[in-house]
Amino acid sequence: MLWVSVAVFTAVLAGLCIGLIRGIRNRSRSDRILPSEAALSRSVAVAVALTAGLLTILLALSVWTGRTIGALHADSAVTIAITGHQWWWEIQYEDGVPSQRVVTANELHLPINRPVVLKVTSRDVIHSFWVPNLQGKRDLIPGYTTAVWVRADRPGVFRGQCAEFCGLQHAHMALEVVAESDHDFDGWLAAMRPPARDPPDALQRRGRDVFMQARCPGCHTIRGTDAAGQVAPDLTHLASRRTLGAGTLPNTSEHLARWIQDPQRVKPGNQMPPHPLEAGDLGALVAYLETLR
Amino acid sequence: MMPSQGLPADANLRLLEQTWADPRGLYGWLTHVDHKSIGRRYLVTAFAFFLIGGLLAALMRLQLSRPDNTLIGPDLYNQIFSTHGTTMMFLFAVPVMQGLGIYFVPLMVGSRGIAFPRLVAFSYWMLLFGGIFLYVSFLLNAGPDVGWFSYPPLAESLYTPSKRADVWAQLITFTEVGSLAVAVSLVTTALKLRTPGMTLNRVPIFVWAQVVTSFMVIFAMPAVMLASTSLILDRLVGTHFFDVEHTGDALLWQHLFWFFGHPEVYIIFIPATGLISTVIATFCRRPMFGYLAVVLSLVSTAFMGFGLWVHHMFATGLPQLGESFFTAASIMIAIPTGAQIFCWIATMWSGRITVKTPMLWILGFFTIFVIGGLTGVMLAAVPLNTQLHDTFFVVAHFHYVLIGGAVFPLFAAFYYWYPKITGRLLSERLGAWVFGLFFAGFNLTFFPMHVLGLYGMPRRIYTYPAAMGWSGLNLLATAGAVLMTCGVTVFLFDALRALRAGAAAADNPWSAGTLEWATSSPPPNSNFLHPPTVAGREPVWENPPDQPVIAGLRADAREVLVTHVLDAEPDHRLLVPEPSIWPFLTGIAVTILFIWSIFTPWGVVYGAGPVFVTMVGWFWPKRADEGGTQLWPIAHRTLPRPNEAPAAGGAV
Repeated sequence: MLWVSVAVFTAVLAGLCIGLIRGIRNRSRSDRILPSEAALSRSVAVAVALTAGLLTILLALSVWTGRTIGALHADSAVTIAITGHQWWWEIQYEDGVPSQRVVTANELHLPINRPVVLKVTSRDVIHSFWVPNLQGKRDLIPGYTTAVWVRADRPGVFRGQCAEFCGLQHAHMALEVVAESDHDFDGWLAAMRPPARDPPDALQRRGRDVFMQARCPGCHTIRGTDAAGQVAPDLTHLASRRTLGAGTLPNTSEHLARWIQDPQRVKPGNQMPPHPLEAGDLGALVAYLETLR
Repeated sequence: MMPSQGLPADANLRLLEQTWADPRGLYGWLTHVDHKSIGRRYLVTAFAFFLIGGLLAALMRLQLSRPDNTLIGPDLYNQIFSTHGTTMMFLFAVPVMQGLGIYFVPLMVGSRGIAFPRLVAFSYWMLLFGGIFLYVSFLLNAGPDVGWFSYPPLAESLYTPSKRADVWAQLITFTEVGSLAVAVSLVTTALKLRTPGMTLNRVPIFVWAQVVTSFMVIFAMPAVMLASTSLILDRLVGTHFFDVEHTGDALLWQHLFWFFGHPEVYIIFIPATGLISTVIATFCRRPMFGYLAVVLSLVSTAFMGFGLWVHHMFATGLPQLGESFFTAASIMIAIPTGAQIFCWIATMWSGRITVKTPMLWILGFFTIFVIGGLTGVMLAAVPLNTQLHDTFFVVAHFHYVLIGGAVFPLFAAFYYWYPKITGRLLSERLGAWVFGLFFAGFNLTFFPMHVLGLYGMPRRIYTYPAAMGWSGLNLLATAGAVLMTCGVTVFLFDALRALRAGAAAADNPWSAGTLEWATSSPPPNSNFLHPPTVAGREPVWENPPDQPVIAGLRADAREVLVTHVLDAEPDHRLLVPEPSIWPFLTGIAVTILFIWSIFTPWGVVYGAGPVFVTMVGWFWPKRADEGGTQLWPIAHRTLPRPNEAPAAGGAV
């Protein structure tokens, strides 16, 4: 398509230049014989016919490509529900057995060479799911659930980003897609299933108490604890994720501490309030969260 | 019946000029209804909004010039890009084209005035007050921040509790009222006020373009007014048109908005093609090649323009067959535009070209618009579209189409018609500089955006991480924006300089063929002291020396000749309204109602009072000699020669 466009552009500009030069020469040499209207009509008609023909071919190619991409269906597909929130992605791996369902956020793991169906919707405003290396965009529209079929052909980590303006932090609503072999994918999914383990040492247990006594459980869930908030990302396996704040920061302990203390500095306007904890509590909390692998 | 007939000729002309003069002084200024005065205001106001919108764009480019920049925060950035888009679409592009129509359509059809002049004056106040309202809100930190498209649910009160979305929706109401009124007036002027001899197939292409555009306005604008009013109702009184939680539908908005939004592009582009045809014909010294093909292209573009709106919604997940239909429509609309481009090239091919500044801008138009058109064909293909949609590729595409397709022709028109409006010529030398700076700056700004879009940079983000590798191209784009700003600054300087110190322009400095050049520069108050009749498409070139002029129109009252739609045969004479303060007062009253209704539904109830009073004042019946609508039947239809006295009975 690019080369067709380049060719058309060159042809039109060449026509323009020749026309321009001839027009200027026509003025300076008044004895020149101008092309007849009939000859001009013929040329214009041929050019229009060529345009129409070329466009028809492009149309046919476009529809055919669309069909090919759209024909990706299979019964053995993995089903993943993606829900958009201001400004993060909720990702749920469905399973017939409720206790086997996995809920995570901002990181999508996919098996390669297998069709995957993404069922997308939104809880608040319109977002758009877009991982350029995987597939075109699909809008996440509240009140609608639509299905997108994708298939990753090679392993790797790909970045995705919200592509429909969704408010203040539209710029910081990214996600990472990890495409991996069936074996790795199954291992990852199995690791995501169990609830959080009890922390082994005292510092981490103190961190858990800080978590439970602060406002955290009002919004976040950690399966296996009393924290069951529904409005913010599930933290059961937070430490296994690669980024914080929907792709805003790499997930390291310094960043985690910074994020907890003042998320508004890092991502102004996001829904998480600042938590000015004293240093000991903060360290304990970070130590606890790091156990959530 | 006609006291003016007893006067000697020059006294008669003085009386005529007095009759058509608009009053002086501040109060007088508020009462102007002359289409030239209103047209000038439209052009100056729209251009001022172009400058302001451009400044906002420059701010965005500054913010994006490097990664993780903290110069402008997300809250302000979102207001800036929303206000930039809204300004350029509603306060610049549409009004500036309509302003050219208001000024030049009556002149080009050889009429002394425009139809419904007070309505046009009222439209201007709507534009001005709407624009002031938007920018006062912006300065009060209440500028729209949900995009120029204002998608619910984001624009609903749950997610935008401030007044920002209301400001946007109400600005739409302001500008749509204004543009609808102008559209009605332009259609009527072009169809009913043409001078005898200007049959439909001799109407200048620019006038055709204005008529086609005005019909598009009449059909497209109600859709967006419906949408914006529903949004205001949702926010103000809790209706649930778009409220998903209460059985509303978020997609309904997109259909309504884009049913307007796509034709909007052609509402901006079609008048620009009219400008191109006008300028090319003049500088090629031949009538436009393929007149019929060009006019039919305009009409078919207008029809097809209403069948493409879904290509803005390919990512929403529509059935494939439906998508294919809209892909086909979006691809096929390139055919009439292509036909026009070939006709322009054919005109140049067979013409005798003089390259002056307006022609430079037309050549710039070709280069840029063809790129924009081709990326448009790419975007029409669903598989590419779902990748490129809402990325910087699209930003590049529509700036190539809109700046290339509308702003370049507009600058051509500014250079072309500036001498007609002001009686002064702009500098050819500075003109080449302005063109060079703007052309280079434009490509430097927007070409890299294609690549950024292909690299995956989404639109409407206030910053991006350094790791994405988008920094270099963004910096390049910002550098281009600086060049463009320089170009516009030089233009502004030249335009202001030439007002006082420019070389005096002849009546027809470009030896053009259409009727606006058959009068002085600037035109007299009455447009034509002796309104000409026409015998061809390019009357100044084609009229025989003894072509009749219209005589017998009153000199002591604002009288125009009304003709038949198809053959422009004289029908009757009509008195058009005198200057009046009522359009201004009605504008104030409507403004109060619009702004008040953002805050409480009672604003509509109480605000209707002043609107009613001012409307009554406006429509109060007048005696015939004050500009009432008494019709004088035409006694006979032979047209007098220039030196003949009009026949008894006072017909044309």
